[in-house]
Amino acid sequence: MPLNQALVGKAYPAVRYEVGREKLREFAVAIGETDPIYHDEAAARAAGHPDLPAVPTFAVVLSLRAGQVVYGDPALGLDYSRVVHGEQEFLYHRPIRAGDRLLAAGKVAAAEAKGRHELLTLETEITTEAGEPVCTVRATLLSRGTAPPREGRG
Amino acid sequence: MSPHVDLRKVRPGDALPEVAETIERLDLVRYAGASGDFNPIHWNDEVAKAVGLPGVIAHGMYSMGIAARMLTGWVGDPAAIKRLKVRFAAMIEPGQTLTAKGEVAEVDGGRVLVRFHAEDEKGEKVLSKGEAELEL
Repeated sequence: MPLNQALVGKAYPAVRYEVGREKLREFAVAIGETDPIYHDEAAARAAGHPDLPAVPTFAVVLSLRAGQVVYGDPALGLDYSRVVHGEQEFLYHRPIRAGDRLLAAGKVAAAEAKGRHELLTLETEITTEAGEPVCTVRATLLSRGTAPPREGRG
Repeated sequence: MSPHVDLRKVRPGDALPEVAETIERLDLVRYAGASGDFNPIHWNDEVAKAVGLPGVIAHGMYSMGIAARMLTGWVGDPAAIKRLKVRFAAMIEPGQTLTAKGEVAEVDGGRVLVRFHAEDEKGEKVLSKGEAELEL
């Protein structure tokens, strides 16, 4: 089923995310990051961080939460088992840190056919609850084989 | 002496120390749990094959996480990374080794652009068009 183009530009409600130290450590372990600043508070403070910083790609966790709101919209028509990741971009204002209370708001930035597939771009704006910008995340997903058939072809 | 690079002294063409990781199925299960991305194509062969894949494949973001280690390991301070982008060019399956490679492309005052990619054992690019902007 093709994606619903009418939802391009739609902004979805933000999800709240409270950043815990163990979650940051768990994520750092999962990507094999062993630098003590991501695991040990004393090492983080010695390096000038107020608390444990997240590894840069941790922001995807919030993007996924925000994305679940978007992808879960039945009006969008996305079958997540057909999804392959196309591109990913992060624009950082500052690292995410343990203790941050964040909001992640997703938006359908683009949806377009590319051959037999479709490209869906999700943009997630991550801010603190106080409104401080933290990170903008852009994920482009490839929805395999869902493009509408072209005119004159079977 | 800091083990990290001094961004004020880097020059175009400087290579970053490579990072290599052999990807095991357990790594993908662990990454699924840590990231919250439970798309079954990363842990369930039947689902992966049903959508035309050879079997389970690594999360693109797992590969990007490994490539990002090359940048954080080089610069040290994650706050120095202002922008990070990749294209997911090819799949990589458990049992294969991913190697991230990059070099300084441009230096403009305190701002440094690194171009990077990550490849499998055959040299095929798994991540392409990688770009990172760093600033002191």
